[in-house]
Amino acid sequence: MTRVMESRPQTTHDRPVVATLGQRPAEPLIFEKSSPGQQAVDLPPLDVPTSTIPQELLGAPVALPEVGQHDLVVHYTRLSHRNYSVDTNFYPLGSCTMKYNPRINEWAAGLSGFARLHPLQDDAQIQGALRLLYETRCFLQEIAGLDEVSLQPAAGAHGEYTALKVIGAYFKDHGQPERRVVLAPDTAHGTNLASCTMCGSEVVGVRTVEGLTDLDDLRRVIDEHGPEKIAAFMITNPNTAGLFDPRIGEAAEIVHAAGGMLYLDGANMNAILGKTRPGDFGADAMHFNTHKTFSTPHGCGGPGAGPIAVCKKLSPYLPLPQVMMAADGSFYFDRDRPKSIGKVRSFWGQFGVFVRTWAYISACGPEGLRNVAEKSVLAANYLAARLRDVFEMPYFDPARRRFCAHEFVTVPRRLLEKGVTLNDIAKRMIDYGVHPPTMHWPVQDCLMIEPTDTESKRTLDQFVEVMRAIAVEIDHDPGLLAQAPLEAPVRRADEVAAARAPVLVWEE
Amino acid sequence: MDYTQITSAHEQQMLQAIGVAHVDELFGAISPEFRFRQTLDLPPARSELDLQRDLAEMAAHNHGAHDMVCFMGGGAYDHFCPALIDQLINRGEFLTAYTPYQAEASQGSLQAFFEFQTQVARLAGLEVANASLYEGATAVVEAVLMALRVSGKRRVLAASTLHPDYLAVLETYLSDLPAELCRLEATEGRITVEVLRGHLDDDTAAVVIQSPNVWGLIEDSQRLFSAAHDRPGTCAIAVFNPIACALLKKPGECGADIAAAEGQPLGVPLSLGGPYIGLLAAKKRFIRSMPGRLVGRTTDTEGRPTYCLTLQTREQHIRGARATSNICTNQGLLALRVTMFLSALGKSGLAEMARQCYHKAHYLAGQIAALDGYAMTFDGPFFFEFCITCPRPVTEVIETAKRRRLLAGVAPGGRRMGSIGGPNDLLIAVTEQRTRAEMDALVEVLEELSG
Repeated sequence: MTRVMESRPQTTHDRPVVATLGQRPAEPLIFEKSSPGQQAVDLPPLDVPTSTIPQELLGAPVALPEVGQHDLVVHYTRLSHRNYSVDTNFYPLGSCTMKYNPRINEWAAGLSGFARLHPLQDDAQIQGALRLLYETRCFLQEIAGLDEVSLQPAAGAHGEYTALKVIGAYFKDHGQPERRVVLAPDTAHGTNLASCTMCGSEVVGVRTVEGLTDLDDLRRVIDEHGPEKIAAFMITNPNTAGLFDPRIGEAAEIVHAAGGMLYLDGANMNAILGKTRPGDFGADAMHFNTHKTFSTPHGCGGPGAGPIAVCKKLSPYLPLPQVMMAADGSFYFDRDRPKSIGKVRSFWGQFGVFVRTWAYISACGPEGLRNVAEKSVLAANYLAARLRDVFEMPYFDPARRRFCAHEFVTVPRRLLEKGVTLNDIAKRMIDYGVHPPTMHWPVQDCLMIEPTDTESKRTLDQFVEVMRAIAVEIDHDPGLLAQAPLEAPVRRADEVAAARAPVLVWEE
Repeated sequence: MDYTQITSAHEQQMLQAIGVAHVDELFGAISPEFRFRQTLDLPPARSELDLQRDLAEMAAHNHGAHDMVCFMGGGAYDHFCPALIDQLINRGEFLTAYTPYQAEASQGSLQAFFEFQTQVARLAGLEVANASLYEGATAVVEAVLMALRVSGKRRVLAASTLHPDYLAVLETYLSDLPAELCRLEATEGRITVEVLRGHLDDDTAAVVIQSPNVWGLIEDSQRLFSAAHDRPGTCAIAVFNPIACALLKKPGECGADIAAAEGQPLGVPLSLGGPYIGLLAAKKRFIRSMPGRLVGRTTDTEGRPTYCLTLQTREQHIRGARATSNICTNQGLLALRVTMFLSALGKSGLAEMARQCYHKAHYLAGQIAALDGYAMTFDGPFFFEFCITCPRPVTEVIETAKRRRLLAGVAPGGRRMGSIGGPNDLLIAVTEQRTRAEMDALVEVLEELSG
């Protein structure tokens, strides 16, 4: 779907054909384009006398590629042509919020007054940057409905880790070091569990029923392990099945009654911006994913940022340093936090990402953020409503007033019974220019579709057509799907062979 | 401007298709007590024109390497970056793609990451590398966690000459794990084999040495790692500077098993400390214990070279609590930057960059050491960063230099550097960007302060 979707051949659907990625020739590795003596850039001649370099310190040359500038630019431009992206395709990757990334954000982060600041400069020299960080901190506190935000964590998972350390430090400081059990629904993000392990905590699963936390099981698990052992319950809300948990308040009460903290994985904040606030529904700590909710680019997998927000009693334990505003209106980094968990990364956080976050929140304003939530939820429910006669949806039923939040899960049983696999469907979507949704998560055989707030109705309608066309293909010619993708730069990758005998580097 | 594109006419059609009258009905699962009915207390929406003005003004309130001459290092360096990188990196196909889970729709980023892994492994002189981590400190942590896993031992011996942030982060991460962190004290700014031998025991999982170290000094890594390997199963972890690798002995040449680094010098903007990129390379036998994304080369059904994420059973989204790390993605766009940077500089360009850093730094060090009252704080060999002990408090030196638009260096005695140095110590980094005239200007300032 180019913005694709305008097309594709060999379908039962009558559509105009456009050039797809499939027409692109393979691109050799940069090493294979290397010619001895070639160079893409040069340096001015050395303008000082040389000194001796002790022979025993010298190493062998590094075998980096030798290519001219033109070839180099051709190479990476061609590689870019072999990617699907939000700028070129519909990218409904559930749980990742692949919304449009405004270009002013990139412009701003590239301003030399931001991009060329050294992290160890005096606070007095970087007042503009500190103001931006401080304001971002305040924005996020307000959106979370919590007392203090730390901008330190580099990513969502890093935020989870940091917040769990903060919670652990709080309990140690309050004479309850035995609180080391962290509860998480059986549909939790994998990072939640892995973050617990890195904190030395024990993770215990809580059952979900029809996509929602089973509160009886939550009570049972707490009793089984002993309320005095519970550190936190980590929950995503709206949850990983794309549902706002109507009993979140009760879940919070249960965990609080046991003396534990409610941790909110903020992956799905896009659905609730300005509609409800985590602090208001009982969360004690949470992380944001700026690359999901606040439009900072995903960049093929990063950099993102995972700032955390916490309630007042957890504040003293936040990582060092904290950006503050002094009484005279100037800004500074505070390192006088004796109860802090310490440092979780070098320097001060993903500053360049926060320039983009600030620009996005400032562009939207409070009404805009609420509109973002409304449009993302509207778009998801619209797609679900348009597709549910062909793609079964376990949790979506407008007749029973059961709506999804900003994303929805489909388990297309009827289609799978025709002898195609979920992977076949996903790979066929590539032929239509659609990046496949998240698969087999949070439940087996599901697609998790998140259209986001920035897609137009036209794109959503085209997507409906694509999905219906694929369903028709499955009815008429399921064998076709087993061959998909037919029009990507490559046919299906042999991932099994890749894992059996891993080749991770190029060898001449 | 909130960037949404659904018009109110479209909204009505969509609500009708869903079968509700108002969008608020879709939020019915949020119980009334939790509905946020006020308006968020945020500044009102601003037009792009206003935003450009406001952002430019905030940026103009900062001084940095753009309007001053930067001799600051301490873990982040002001290196040259070819203009083509900013141009290429902002292509939407790179900027707005996500983790390449779907190989066939992500061959561009996957191939670039494969090139990245190859380049990082070659820089480190080791067999394999992953597709990157958050930044330097967490890369060191991940290297140590890897060593704890593969060795089954508990003690970690870390040089006190590691960057103080790396040590601080390591301390945070090891504090709740069954592991013990011991610091190796330095003699004359470097770690000696004798000190290391004094701490090594059979429960030592890892010996972590940074070279060039926090003082810019080149450690005797070869002998240190060889001593570490006297204990079977102990991992030698090198924390390296990727540009130094084009001139000096690489971690692999020094006998390291695992190598970690801050990749910022390789074309990543200083950007007040982030986002940066962590590099991690290792011997091949460790690949199944490595954290983070790995890209493998395979074939498609027609036998063509194809790239995909591989060994994902190590990772959190498959293995949950038993994953090798909680890390989800790599630093994709920065890995692309690094790849482009290394390809643009190439074999001879990076070597020349490293050579110029070395000679320029030695020129400046020589000039300063010849001034009355100034002395090199340590005697050992250095690459492009060195510590000078000044005749006056370093804060005075830095302030005076500032007035001449010079960022004279980093104060290792300051809290931001963990107060590792004395009050008169100044840590100076000289990259290939610094000209003789700029260095002479710094020498002049220092000379005026020598009396």
